[in-house]
Amino acid sequence: MDAVLKIEGLQKTFTLHQQGGVVIPVFEDVQAEVAAGEAVAITGPSGRGKSSLLKLIYGSYRASGGHIRVRNKSTWADIVTAAPHEILDLRRSTIGYVTQFLRVIPRVPAEIIVAEPLLDRGVDEGEALERARQLLAKLNIPERLWHLSPMTFSGGEQQRVNIARGFSAPFPILLLDEPTASLDADNRSRVMDLIEDAKAAGSAVIAVFHDENERHRVCTRDIALN
Amino acid sequence: MNAPNYNFAYLNEQTKRMIRRAILKAVAIPGYQVPFASREMPMPYGWGTGGVQVTAAILTPDDTLKVIDQGADDTTNAVSIRKFFVKTSGVATTEKTEDATIIQTRHRIPETPLTENQILVFQVPIPEPLRFLEPRETETRKMHALEEYGVMHVKLYEDIAQYGQIATTYAYPAKVADRYVFDPSPIPKFDNPKLNDCPALQLFGAGREKRIYAVPPFTKVKSLDFEDHPFEVQTWDLPCSICGAHGSFLDEIVTDDKGGRMFVCSDTDFCAKHQDANS
Amino acid sequence: MNTLLSARDVGKTYGRRVGCENVSFDLHAGEVLAIVGESGSGKTTLLKCLSGNLQASSGEVTYAMRDGRNVNLASLSEAERRLLMRTDWGFVHQDAREGLRMGVSAGANVGERLMAVGARHYGRIRDQSEDWLSRVEISKDRMDESPWAYSGGMRQRLQIARNLVTSPRLIFMDEPTGGLDVSVQARLLDLIRGLVRKFNLAAIVVTHDLAVARLLSSRMMVMQQGRVIETGLTDQVLEDPQAPYTQLLVSSVLQV
Repeated sequence: MDAVLKIEGLQKTFTLHQQGGVVIPVFEDVQAEVAAGEAVAITGPSGRGKSSLLKLIYGSYRASGGHIRVRNKSTWADIVTAAPHEILDLRRSTIGYVTQFLRVIPRVPAEIIVAEPLLDRGVDEGEALERARQLLAKLNIPERLWHLSPMTFSGGEQQRVNIARGFSAPFPILLLDEPTASLDADNRSRVMDLIEDAKAAGSAVIAVFHDENERHRVCTRDIALN
Repeated sequence: MNAPNYNFAYLNEQTKRMIRRAILKAVAIPGYQVPFASREMPMPYGWGTGGVQVTAAILTPDDTLKVIDQGADDTTNAVSIRKFFVKTSGVATTEKTEDATIIQTRHRIPETPLTENQILVFQVPIPEPLRFLEPRETETRKMHALEEYGVMHVKLYEDIAQYGQIATTYAYPAKVADRYVFDPSPIPKFDNPKLNDCPALQLFGAGREKRIYAVPPFTKVKSLDFEDHPFEVQTWDLPCSICGAHGSFLDEIVTDDKGGRMFVCSDTDFCAKHQDANS
Repeated sequence: MNTLLSARDVGKTYGRRVGCENVSFDLHAGEVLAIVGESGSGKTTLLKCLSGNLQASSGEVTYAMRDGRNVNLASLSEAERRLLMRTDWGFVHQDAREGLRMGVSAGANVGERLMAVGARHYGRIRDQSEDWLSRVEISKDRMDESPWAYSGGMRQRLQIARNLVTSPRLIFMDEPTGGLDVSVQARLLDLIRGLVRKFNLAAIVVTHDLAVARLLSSRMMVMQQGRVIETGLTDQVLEDPQAPYTQLLVSSVLQV
């Protein structure tokens, strides 16, 4: 299979200016390559930077060195050096990112939150909402909540809305940060189905799982951070 | 009788030259408000000090002067100004519109059509039509310079939104020669059509605000309006109670305290002429 | 992506005091840029230089006009600049009284920009005003009221309607939610966010509130003492701030 993501010599340190300029090294030399249609797990002890690696790939964190090369259609972009506009462009069409935390915007209904990634790509509103509702239904969000802002939803419901949002538009690269944490068994398996579907559709999945079984169910390889 | 203590028409010659220059500029740029060094006159502001200075600057010994206040020759303001010029210049005066060469007016245009041999001088309280919406002079001058007149329609919009029609009935803004929006002084909008393509030169003087502007003879003057709310003038169902004329501007006169009233021509010369013709 | 507005080394000095200096960036169509920093950091000065309300002492700002020309804003005649401000640009002030004509009704406030570009049909102007007021959630039975009768939040929404009625492509906002109650702020932010997306508006938002920046913008510039000390994607700047001052700013936000 073709590689869609190549991480080369990736380095990350945090400098905390508010705490006397202490420098916290996260990792020094991460190498990895992920192909379309495969799922790779990021593993390692807690605090070793698993989530940080996902954020670096997504561009939320700035790398201290190295390269994160992402295939964007026929060309390659390097997240480490890309201009903000390029990263935004990649996020619209190439890199999806799902966490367990929903950033709730007051007054925006759940179905719109889920449909937004499609709307951003210019998908027709009716079609986008149709897809959003399918996903909300699949993730057991009661229909009466679809028109409401998730502001008042339970933690688990908010998490599922966020997952639905992450899966509404297809992305060639999908970053998952403990997507199933704190879900019940039924919802977990539905999320796992979504991941399998994305994989089957050709997405490269890079995931952090806290559950070994789930990791083994979808991931074929590990990127170990030690 | 010419009082010897005064120069002809009260103002000194230097002042008249200064005002004539302003008038020339005003005629050259129709509708543009030309600043001038307005003098203190022997009458209070609001009594027509602007109009008086313009008249004084253009008056010659051979002129025949008519002065009207809201159409009437016999009201305090008209009588005072007429006497002022008789005393300071000794020119002939008349109440007949067609006999006058210069007509100074407060808030009316005579009903009798004017000719190329006449000059109409308006007394203007507030020359700036944009003042209602924009208090800064620097800004209104810029708006005139850049022809930013959208805000004038805001005023008309407000009228329609509140009263269902353009409720501005006097000092109705108009555009001169497709360029400057101007305030024709507080004449009733009934008179606005007379401004357009008028054979007489029309001069406007604002004494307190120190501005002179002009509408040269045969100049296009278009009252502002909306496509779906076109400019319209007032009409009356009944003719003048005194002379029986139709189509003149009528004043309402209350005749007793029991609701009795009559409508009569505001133009006293026109009304008198019409009575003569009828009798 | 096409660049709408581009600033190069923009600076403004007041005598020897620096308002802002060496500011460069490109703003693309449909993009929202937040300029954050504390009071006195030069962000409002910069906004005024960018929008032509203040003449920059150095540098230049170019803008892609609707007809495709890229023009140096300083080279525009005043008439062209004022036309641009009334049509292709909008400006939302912190104090609505600066951005509204307080003496006339809400409907006339919205209609003014249409009349300024030549609309002369009362019925159509009124329909459009009504339409825009409803988009900012002001009901039509209040359109003939003066903005004095409006609450702070409504005045801000009215300002937005007044600006958007000519379909501008770029909106400048100076602390658009400043001085509003938190609940009113949320409604306004959500409204702005929706309109920006729907009409593909570009916006430059000056704010000292990082939450406002997070909600509205995709990119951020952090200013301190007139200089831009950090720029990046909004989530980058907020989640992985690099400059000491930015770290202080981010860590000072109270968590609820």
